[in-house]
Amino acid sequence: MQDLHRALNKIKSEADWVGLRLVSETTQARTVRNEKIERSSTHFDHGLMVEVLINGHFSYAATSDTSDEGIRRAALFARDSAMRASQYKAFDFSTTQRPPTQARFTPAWASHQQSNQLQSITDNLLKASLAMNINGQIVNRLASAMWVETDIQMVSSNGADIHQNFSIVGRSLEATAQDGSESQIRTHGELLQGGTDCFNSDNMLQRCVEIAEDAMHLLTAENCPQEKLDLLLSPDQMNLQIHESIGHPLEYDRILGDERNYAGWSFVKPEDFGKLQYGSPCMNISFDPTIAGELASYAVDESGQPATREFLIKDGILQRGLGSLESQARLQLPGVANARSSSWNRAPIDRMANINLEAGNTSFEQMVSSIERGILMRTNKSWSIDDYRHKFQFGCEYAQLIENGKISRLLKNPNYRGTTVQFWNSLKMVGDTVEVLGTANCGKGEPNQAIRVGHASPYCLFSDVEVFGA
Amino acid sequence: MWRFLVRNFIQDLKLSFHQSADALLAALKPGEEAVVSLQGEQSYFARFNGGKIRQNTSVEQATLGLQFQNQGRTFHSSFSMSGQLQNDVELMHRCLAQARLACEHLPIDAYQLALENHGQSDVEFHVPMLDPLDAMDLIVASAKECDLAGIYVSGVVVSANRNSKGQNHWFLTERFYLDYSLYDGEKAVKSSYAENNWNTPHFLKNLEHAKSQLKLMARAKKKLAPGQYKTYLAPSAVSELLGIFSWSALSYSDYRRGNSAFRKLAEHEKKISPLFHLKENFSLGLGPRFNAQGEMASEQMDLIKSGSLSNFLVSSRSAKEFSVPGNCANESESPRSLELLPGQLAHADILKQLGTGLYLSNLHYLNWSDRQNARVTGMTRYACFWVENGEIVAPIEDMRFDESIYDALGPENLLALTDFQALELDTSTYEACSLGGIKTPGMLLKQFTLTL
Repeated sequence: MQDLHRALNKIKSEADWVGLRLVSETTQARTVRNEKIERSSTHFDHGLMVEVLINGHFSYAATSDTSDEGIRRAALFARDSAMRASQYKAFDFSTTQRPPTQARFTPAWASHQQSNQLQSITDNLLKASLAMNINGQIVNRLASAMWVETDIQMVSSNGADIHQNFSIVGRSLEATAQDGSESQIRTHGELLQGGTDCFNSDNMLQRCVEIAEDAMHLLTAENCPQEKLDLLLSPDQMNLQIHESIGHPLEYDRILGDERNYAGWSFVKPEDFGKLQYGSPCMNISFDPTIAGELASYAVDESGQPATREFLIKDGILQRGLGSLESQARLQLPGVANARSSSWNRAPIDRMANINLEAGNTSFEQMVSSIERGILMRTNKSWSIDDYRHKFQFGCEYAQLIENGKISRLLKNPNYRGTTVQFWNSLKMVGDTVEVLGTANCGKGEPNQAIRVGHASPYCLFSDVEVFGA
Repeated sequence: MWRFLVRNFIQDLKLSFHQSADALLAALKPGEEAVVSLQGEQSYFARFNGGKIRQNTSVEQATLGLQFQNQGRTFHSSFSMSGQLQNDVELMHRCLAQARLACEHLPIDAYQLALENHGQSDVEFHVPMLDPLDAMDLIVASAKECDLAGIYVSGVVVSANRNSKGQNHWFLTERFYLDYSLYDGEKAVKSSYAENNWNTPHFLKNLEHAKSQLKLMARAKKKLAPGQYKTYLAPSAVSELLGIFSWSALSYSDYRRGNSAFRKLAEHEKKISPLFHLKENFSLGLGPRFNAQGEMASEQMDLIKSGSLSNFLVSSRSAKEFSVPGNCANESESPRSLELLPGQLAHADILKQLGTGLYLSNLHYLNWSDRQNARVTGMTRYACFWVENGEIVAPIEDMRFDESIYDALGPENLLALTDFQALELDTSTYEACSLGGIKTPGMLLKQFTLTL
């Protein structure tokens, strides 16, 4: 392990404050398609970010040359860059935004990289692809697995000493049925912090058969009707709904305008916190990086702020946004520990971590039985929302009509659209069982950064939603 | 200092790449084959908000990739290069050992490609650039009266590729661009400045044009009802529309896997206008012609000609799997250097030909809403106007559209393409700076469907 303290001592006199962040990440992946190996890969990413504070401005220099010479070169350029840029700084920061935190985060699950286990993972993916081969019309049978080991060390000239390890596993399945020019897709994905033993779960082959059968049945299903009715969303669609229409608009760097040229602004204003009726009273949203196993759990963010669970929305009222210590100082609002970067080569910005919709007290069966006419939609297929996170349109892979309290028939090509606050205020029931999911590629930032975030949600029922088909 | 850093970075990287590749290729045993590739950059990013510097980051990074083949198995390995020769050679040997071990446990790769020598190339584009710290000074000083948000990117991007059959490709490009937007409250215009040579008067003219557009936004916004409107899409908006073609539409593998939005176009169930002529054009010089295998694509290839699909993008792997000719596409079979050919609508005639309808400068967050029917949804963004009788009347409130490509670009609906084109660089910087871009004219549509 590289001695970061030694490296820091050699350069810390170059600025008012200096921080080093060393990231090593190994990503292994296997993909099988139509019972044949498609790709097997390992990527080893390693590099260091030097961060300096001069005259109240943070500047960054990243290098994959982590030798003493490479670190010094980066530090000197960060220093020169900070001295120049501090003349036009957007805000006057201080070491208050870089507390001297000391912390460790090490997962309970062991790392598994023995070659016999890799073979077992490949074998399971081949079996998964075969299990989806229920009919000649299933033209695409994709099974893939990914496991990631990440080690992040941070030290700073004011005494921060943070070391966090993450072990992440992901698995995805995809079955596409085709008949002439008609094709339908069903997918299944899991992404969480854990060990590779997660890949050996017994239910995977059953899930393969289910999604292949779903795709087959969708080929001959009716098109989703166009009307306004009750909409019951499964957790794997709620994942996307929460992400796009709650997570992003509550990011303080969007509210502050940092993201205006790329990801966009936000309809949320600073004065809305504590007042805005974001959703109905049964809506409770938490920011919680402390949940063991959820994808974006950690002990401390990259500014050194310890991670804590905070309510963003309580009983439908907006309470708090997603802002790190830097954004909290700029907005003079309380925030959360969410200064995160995609890797060593990017500066931390305001990100989601685990953004969860808290469970209610209604069972799935009770929700279905309460619906006179509605639609159940599962699994996101299409997503688009405006730069203020206001007008959205989302599509799903699979839908079922609900009539007089009972699921009646299958529907294909389901979509729905609405506006954020109106939609969340139409939330009328929240399920009693939460499913934990994750997203690997949440994109924003200039330069761009894709980051992992977690979302947990139960089934949720909304009223009077505009739905439509192809 | 920046120029010195860039020069040293390139020299060190080139040396380290070739010596690491030499060491690896020399270590191969009989029957083993390998492709060694390099992706590297030295970049400077200055991020602006409110005309001030929000964050500034320099990045020097390089990834060395190994595609290893042995006894019908294939394994891909890659690692971050340090530029320190001894360290990189050592890592390369470790990757080789790991690849050999992995191949012992992998099934046969049914579509493995026999490696070939795809030749040699050495292309470098050097452009006079400002020191990025001087550029930062100039941009801030020029925009001091403006609420400017955006990013200035400058630096060098390198891509290289060798294999055990002797091929050797090297591509390097220096480039810079300012991708920005100007604001008057919530009203905004988007622009960018990029050239082959930093030219301060040109940059200031670009900024002045954006400021003048922002003045047009000062009028009260017009709220539109959902419906169909005659519409002019400016080149930036067309570029967004063409960008979504990268999402599986032009991929032959996706076509065979039931995932291409252009299935009905390929099978002649649907048509688009004969005015529409789209091609892959590497002569634009936006990126290397060679792909990850080192295969050299044709300098130009028609994709959609006179409204009919001429070619899908076909990688050699797909060609082998589906027994069709390949065209040296990359692994994802996405376009790398698109050009939509111009038409005859003169700039001065755009508003007159539009008459009454929408002038859309930019689109945002596009996604397929129904791939089988090539239907796309997305939003209007930035400087979008309501036009009456050939005169701009008011900016519009942003609207959602949801429209099939077959309808929007259909033979009756695509009325004209402009006689000028704009070059939209690929400004994506996920993990690393992307290369490539889209050269496109604007287009006039008889109807365009707004839904929300």
